[in-house]
Amino acid sequence: MFAEIFSIAFQFADVFAFLILAAAGLAIIFGMMGIINMAHGEFITCGIYVTVICVQHGVPLPLAQAIGALSAGLVGIVLERTIIRHLYHRPLDSILATWGISLMVTQGMLIVLGSSWQGIGTPLGSFAVGGYTFSTYRLVLFGAAVGVLIGLYLIYMRTNYGVMARATMQNADMARALGVRTQRMYAISFGLGAALAGLCGALYAPTMTLIPTMGITFIIESFVTVVVGGANVLLGTAPAGILLGVVRTILNAWYGQIAGQIGLLITVIIVIRMLPEGVSGWLSRRGG
Amino acid sequence: MATEPVLEVVDLRASYGSTPVLRGIDMRIGKGEIVSLIGRNGVGKTTTMRCLIGLLRATSGQIRFQGELITDLPADERARRGIGYIPQGRQVFPRMTVEENLWVSRLVGRGDGRRLTDLVYQHFPILKERRRQSAGTLSGGQQQQLAIGRALVGNPSLMLLDEPSEGIQPSIVQMICEVLRSIRDQLGTTILFVEQNLDTIMEISERCYVADKGSIIAEIGRDQLQTRDAVRQHLLI
Ligand SMILES: Nc1ncnc2c1ncn2[C@@H]1O[C@H](COP(=O)(O)OP(=O)(O)OP(=O)(O)O)[C@@H](O)[C@H]1O
Ligand SMILES: [Mg+2]
Repeated sequence: MFAEIFSIAFQFADVFAFLILAAAGLAIIFGMMGIINMAHGEFITCGIYVTVICVQHGVPLPLAQAIGALSAGLVGIVLERTIIRHLYHRPLDSILATWGISLMVTQGMLIVLGSSWQGIGTPLGSFAVGGYTFSTYRLVLFGAAVGVLIGLYLIYMRTNYGVMARATMQNADMARALGVRTQRMYAISFGLGAALAGLCGALYAPTMTLIPTMGITFIIESFVTVVVGGANVLLGTAPAGILLGVVRTILNAWYGQIAGQIGLLITVIIVIRMLPEGVSGWLSRRGG
Repeated sequence: MATEPVLEVVDLRASYGSTPVLRGIDMRIGKGEIVSLIGRNGVGKTTTMRCLIGLLRATSGQIRFQGELITDLPADERARRGIGYIPQGRQVFPRMTVEENLWVSRLVGRGDGRRLTDLVYQHFPILKERRRQSAGTLSGGQQQQLAIGRALVGNPSLMLLDEPSEGIQPSIVQMICEVLRSIRDQLGTTILFVEQNLDTIMEISERCYVADKGSIIAEIGRDQLQTRDAVRQHLLI
């Protein structure tokens, strides 16, 4: 009995981690700047490839993952400075531009890197509970997801950057009139979002076979979570992760993976019907 | 005005799209003065303030602050040089606490932020009491106190207030006037405020500019300000 319960909890933790890690970067960029980043998957891909390349050159995995996340963040800042900054307040243009970037990067990678690479294998092995075996690395991923949420909470509630970034998000003109360098806030936020996407890729790199279009694997979950969660990372993404995690785990267990995927999409439709601004819009209207 | 002006505005013009709104604003304000800018609805008072802080680009003309030309500086740079802005409608950050609202300008301000925060709490005790409450849940009067406090924490040499009395009960307006005067007396802060409320204008302004159709059409000196009628005729719609 305990083994069954543990197994369900483990699967929930696994789904939850995937949703949070896939969505965090997208949610920050959307919440901070209202930009729907269609190149989100490519930042994830960037994290994956940098991690794998580093590991293949003998860098220890955790360090390689940090480098993977940082490179994605760096690419994000450069992209913000050169392209994205011209697209604030032009949501449709920003979708087109980031989608264009996404297509170019994917095709470019196919040409430069070829269609498939040797993966690096999942570390840490497995452990058994009752008759079941579980991958230890999946627990690390869950820990990382919780760590990202706590980290974001601390960054946005306790640091100088966080307070200025939230002020910018709520009223950019007023923030500027108080001396906040809003351009810089945007650049940092975009970089942070990109770095989190990179981190997602870096963390999942050991679990995947490498193909240039693998960013796609994360796209549905990340967009679904952000749509359900709404514009606020703290109030939205975490509850959305829990809600969607529960739905998916139950459907997966009873009806299989396909049902789980469909369940996510149906949940989105229901949430949009009932809470057009997502969970965070609803929560902040109730609680202030 | 014996001293070098803190703020000097020469033939300032601005437009929204192709519609000119400011057609030549001229002002000179000395250190420590409390000056009001009055005029009927829609004459361009808010637009003038937005140009002064830098949220709206001037199409021509000059703004000089403490002797330096700031016409082309972005708003954040002007704030960092010491202009505090309290906009029409307060515009506190609604989903941040009182404390966090003050925190924002403590970070970018030029003074000892902690001491100034204490000073703000001293002048507006209600803010201290509600410091962990989100600003969006405060009453209009409390939000106005927060907006003023938020500017003060940045240690401005010039404060721009856009209709601080709008929609606020008279006792609070009275209190705000007293605080503004005591800030000027203690810190030497220069104050320019837009106002339509005759009592407030009479209460604290020492001089008054009258705007109409985007330019300054009259200046009311200290002696004329004693009589309500001189002011009232400029406010009639
Ligand atoms: N964002 C805008 N776009 C276009 N026109 C505007 C905009 N804001 C103001 N205006 C117009 O510019 C003119 C001046 O507006 P402004 O807000 O400066 O007036 P005001 O003197 O502050 O009025 P009030 O006393 O109502 O606050 C008005 O005719 C107004 O309709
Ligand atoms: Mg106005």
